[in-house]
Amino acid sequence: MLRPLLRLLPDLRPYRGAYTAVLVLTAVATVISLIIPVFVGWAIDGPIAHGDYAGLWLPVAAVTAIGLLEAAALLTRRMLAAPVSSRLEIAWRRRLYAHLQRMAVARHDSWESGQLLSRAVQDLSQLRRFVSFGAPFLLVTPLNIVVGLIILAVYSPVIALITLLCAVPTVVICTWLQRRFQLISRAVQDQNGELTTLVEESVQGIRIIKAFGRGETITARYAAQARRLWSTELERARLDAWLNIALILLPFLAIGVSLGYGTWQIVHGTMTPGALVAAITVMMFLRMPIEMLGFLLSDAYRSATAAIRHWEVVDTPIDITDPASPSSLPATDAPARVEFRDVRFRFPDAAADTLAGFSLVLEPGTTTALVGATGTGKTAVAALLPRLHDVTAGAVLLDGTDVRDLPLETLRRHVAVAFDEPILFSASVRENVALGSPEAGDDEVWAALEIAQAAAFVRELPEGLDTLIGEQGLSLSGGQRQRLSLARAILGRPRVLVLDDPLSAVDVTTEERVQERLRERLRQSTALVIAHRPSTAALADRVAVLEGGRIVDCAPHAELLRRSPAYRSLMGARELRQGDDAVSAGSTP
Amino acid sequence: MRMGTAPPEGAPAQLSQPARRLLGDLIRPHRARLALVAAVTVSTSVLAAGIPLFVAMALDTGLPRAADGDPGPLVGATAGFLAVAVLVSLGTFLGIRLNAALVQRMMFALRTRLFRHVQRLSIGYHERSTSGRLVSRQASDMESVQQFMAGALIQSVMALVTMVAIAVMLVWLDPLLALVVFAGFVPLTFLTIWANRRQRAAYRATRTTIARVIVHVVETMGGIRAVQAFRREQRGLERLDEEDAAYCQANTEALQGMAWYTGGTRLIGNLSLAVIVLLGGWLVIGGDTEVGVLAAFLLSLRRFYAPLDELVQAFNAYQSAAAALEKIAEVLSARPDVPEPVSPAGGTGDQADAAPEDQTGNVPEDRPGSAGRGEGDEASPRGESRGESLRGEVRFEDVSFRYSASGAEVLPAFSLHVPAGQTVAMVGATGAGKSTLAKLLCRFYDPAEGRITLDGTDLRDLPDRVLRRRIVMVTQESYLFSGSVADNIRIGNPDAGMAEVVRAAQAVGLHDFVESLPQGYETDVKRRGGRLSSGQRQLVAFARVFLADPDVIVLDEATASLDIPGERLVQAALERVLAGRTALIIAHRLSTVAIADRVLVMKRGRIVEDGTPAELVGAGGEFASLDAAWRETLV
Repeated sequence: MLRPLLRLLPDLRPYRGAYTAVLVLTAVATVISLIIPVFVGWAIDGPIAHGDYAGLWLPVAAVTAIGLLEAAALLTRRMLAAPVSSRLEIAWRRRLYAHLQRMAVARHDSWESGQLLSRAVQDLSQLRRFVSFGAPFLLVTPLNIVVGLIILAVYSPVIALITLLCAVPTVVICTWLQRRFQLISRAVQDQNGELTTLVEESVQGIRIIKAFGRGETITARYAAQARRLWSTELERARLDAWLNIALILLPFLAIGVSLGYGTWQIVHGTMTPGALVAAITVMMFLRMPIEMLGFLLSDAYRSATAAIRHWEVVDTPIDITDPASPSSLPATDAPARVEFRDVRFRFPDAAADTLAGFSLVLEPGTTTALVGATGTGKTAVAALLPRLHDVTAGAVLLDGTDVRDLPLETLRRHVAVAFDEPILFSASVRENVALGSPEAGDDEVWAALEIAQAAAFVRELPEGLDTLIGEQGLSLSGGQRQRLSLARAILGRPRVLVLDDPLSAVDVTTEERVQERLRERLRQSTALVIAHRPSTAALADRVAVLEGGRIVDCAPHAELLRRSPAYRSLMGARELRQGDDAVSAGSTP
Repeated sequence: MRMGTAPPEGAPAQLSQPARRLLGDLIRPHRARLALVAAVTVSTSVLAAGIPLFVAMALDTGLPRAADGDPGPLVGATAGFLAVAVLVSLGTFLGIRLNAALVQRMMFALRTRLFRHVQRLSIGYHERSTSGRLVSRQASDMESVQQFMAGALIQSVMALVTMVAIAVMLVWLDPLLALVVFAGFVPLTFLTIWANRRQRAAYRATRTTIARVIVHVVETMGGIRAVQAFRREQRGLERLDEEDAAYCQANTEALQGMAWYTGGTRLIGNLSLAVIVLLGGWLVIGGDTEVGVLAAFLLSLRRFYAPLDELVQAFNAYQSAAAALEKIAEVLSARPDVPEPVSPAGGTGDQADAAPEDQTGNVPEDRPGSAGRGEGDEASPRGESRGESLRGEVRFEDVSFRYSASGAEVLPAFSLHVPAGQTVAMVGATGAGKSTLAKLLCRFYDPAEGRITLDGTDLRDLPDRVLRRRIVMVTQESYLFSGSVADNIRIGNPDAGMAEVVRAAQAVGLHDFVESLPQGYETDVKRRGGRLSSGQRQLVAFARVFLADPDVIVLDEATASLDIPGERLVQAALERVLAGRTALIIAHRLSTVAIADRVLVMKRGRIVEDGTPAELVGAGGEFASLDAAWRETLV
């Protein structure tokens, strides 16, 4: 349990000095506060008992000095710990984030998105709190208790013993209850999460719920889930109540017994009133650290879990990396030649190959459409070129060089992709479009937007290219997002262009206009266009038909339409013949 | 003490009337429980505050009397101490459990009420307010309310009572010393006010900055494909550094503000301790007070100042809970734009439980159970009538519509008659009003003027249950709910058996794929491996329609993400299984029009061409040119 936490120690190195001071100040502040009652006891037994007004000043001065010192130590400790722990938190997040950015897409798909977020935020703030609070107190509290017991033992070994006898079960019970409390809190969190999922679905899927009139069904589901949460919350309250009994009753029992014992001792003259007052005050002061020990232990446990989860991500290997001895490409902007050579590809969690014996050559400057039924792996082909996935066997070659022998930066500069589901970031339109070539000037951005037929609506946005879009900005329609994504891909004239069904959400008239302009632009790159529609397929010089993980046919669109019944069916052309008959039959009379 | 009483006083003044009424609604049924919780909490706090009294008693009365040979008072004081300690812990135990029982009951009521209400709000409301807002009303706002009611409320009551009880006890023990303790309160109050103001801003800054960090992390991870493909890693890291630097700054400031506050309170506490020792010692020497009293003061001092901290926290929790309650009340006060009919036509017996009992939630008594009577009996449940005659005749009669009062008119005096059983395709550019027509037919909105009838009945007179069973729409958004594939198909009809689910999947060509999933129909759709492509999600949406078995089907761009064979399969299945039903198909793509009996070309809210596909091609209008362009790509 300790190892994952200890692995974080090297990260503290830059703050060695400050953190050591935090630890020392924590110890000083807690221990000296235990000395205050000693002076109070001294004042009671000394000057007060003897009626010595002048003698009062000394203990009072001591109490004042210690009080000032304690407050100062407390302030300094927190002032020092605040920047250290905050900086550590963001340093950890940076490490996590940097690693995640390099992790292969397939690995990403295996994490739930919420999981990554809670590791990047909640876990790290747990660790931050542990550094600034949990860890120092975990180190200091035992010392604190020992010093307190020593002081008590000086006054009365019996009272020290009573305190110890009560402290042990308190710590044990608290640790045990805290552990259970934590489990039940976790359950509450999970059930809250499930409830939130239901809420999200009920709001995001509202059109479907309304369309089918399922409001009552989903409300009943929600109520059942809320009822479960209710009973778990009650269970948590029950534990909380027991925890509180232990925390209140045991220390008070110790104090009560000590009070009885102490006063009895005073009657017999073996103890002074000042000593008893001091002892009871020390016991009151000790309540805090004893109570806290249980909390600190479970906090340490939680922090260890957070650390484990952190290392889990950071230790995940990066599968797609720069080659050890990278090849280089000739410095040219000319369209590249792309070859898929006997490619085999299988998704990490799949039982069968998605691509098997996939071979295809894209000659420089040509446009090839890739068609195939849903689920045949067209999108997987698109992901292999920029190495979002690596082939399982075979190779993808760019101008004769295996893409795995090229530095990622170089490869991805030469290959641009428009994904089937457009991805926009919370940033300006300009930044979103110029994502791959940040150095592009406004005229280049506008040129790309013109081709994608996005210039008109961008011009109408409140701040044109500077309008913020994405999650924190203006929301755009599906078609608009898709056109921006297309503009992004064609900007900067990549040598290879991959367009995954780039116009599926665009209406027919706009689509037509985009295609006119796109056709010219495509000649400047080697292009692979994934197509569902004849209009998209018609953009290409030739069409490759994907079936059973390989290319089964490859020819110009018109030729395929003429000779391949399978292709005609894929493009909806078979019905056209029937439709033709229908039309001629219909128009004759 | 001023500080202590401030929150409860300042609070209700801020709370708007709907929020106050909501709070009243929540509490009213549980007044007795609330009184019990309050009684237990207050008496526990008072008892706890009194504990040091027994120490004073033991020292000041018990000791001398015991020295005189009468151990009675001493034993009594010790026993009293122990007894009160036991009572206090029992009281705390009870208080926590009773409070939790009360709060959870109220939270359940509030949660389900809000959820049901949001479900009843019309699509218009949902489209005006973003989904994120409605989710956070039900998630994070609910969380703030619960946090306040479950924790902060009871804490602040205890803190207040404790402070008052200790103050009373101190005055009773020794007014002069008590005055010293209260004097410490003056700087403490100023410090607290300062810290509260500063910290509120500081915590808000940490929340805003961490929210920005979260958005950035979420976007990066969600868009990892684009990040990697377009080499945004460096820029992403820089952006994280920027956002995180702001967060680090805000967080450091918040924590350091807290440092000054805790340091300051500790300083004041320690200094007043020193003054008490000095003055108390003076008084004891002069015989004006007893050692035990001094001890009681010393023991109470820390307890007395500590609640301030809790009160500040409780005050913060109160503020966020009050804000949350306001927002929740605002949602609850929204009325559905498409209300349930008061006297429904074509009602069936089974909708009695859908009566608007607590549609508004406020005044259920005001609404007599009108749903069950009236013309409700004349119509029979669906199914009986099927076969006898076609159902699903749709009429738009002079319908005009605009999305907002100030917005442009989307449909001007639109009329259309669709005979039962006809399949109508609608084409036209974006913004022609096709989707609006579909939404009106599904009664997602009500027309501003004119009416829409189904088999002669105004849609506004049909109870929601009946309407939804008879008219079903599939859109291009193919949302999947968590749960299995079968669960998702069953949205169409929750009572459907497995055989029916399988038949529906077979009809749309989804069956083979589902069978190939690890757990077949029981595979969780959100699990990896079982992830569905957008085309497959669309097929699930269609399978729902087959189970729902409605009279009228509305398809709004529903086949956009299917490949053409998939689309053909779905269309063939639709034609076969739903023969005789009325269908309205909206399409960008001409391939979709293939199965239509009739085509409508729309332009700016009007029908510009109307006829069979063949007629329109022959007429040489807009449809003919679209058709020609499409055919060109196929030669």
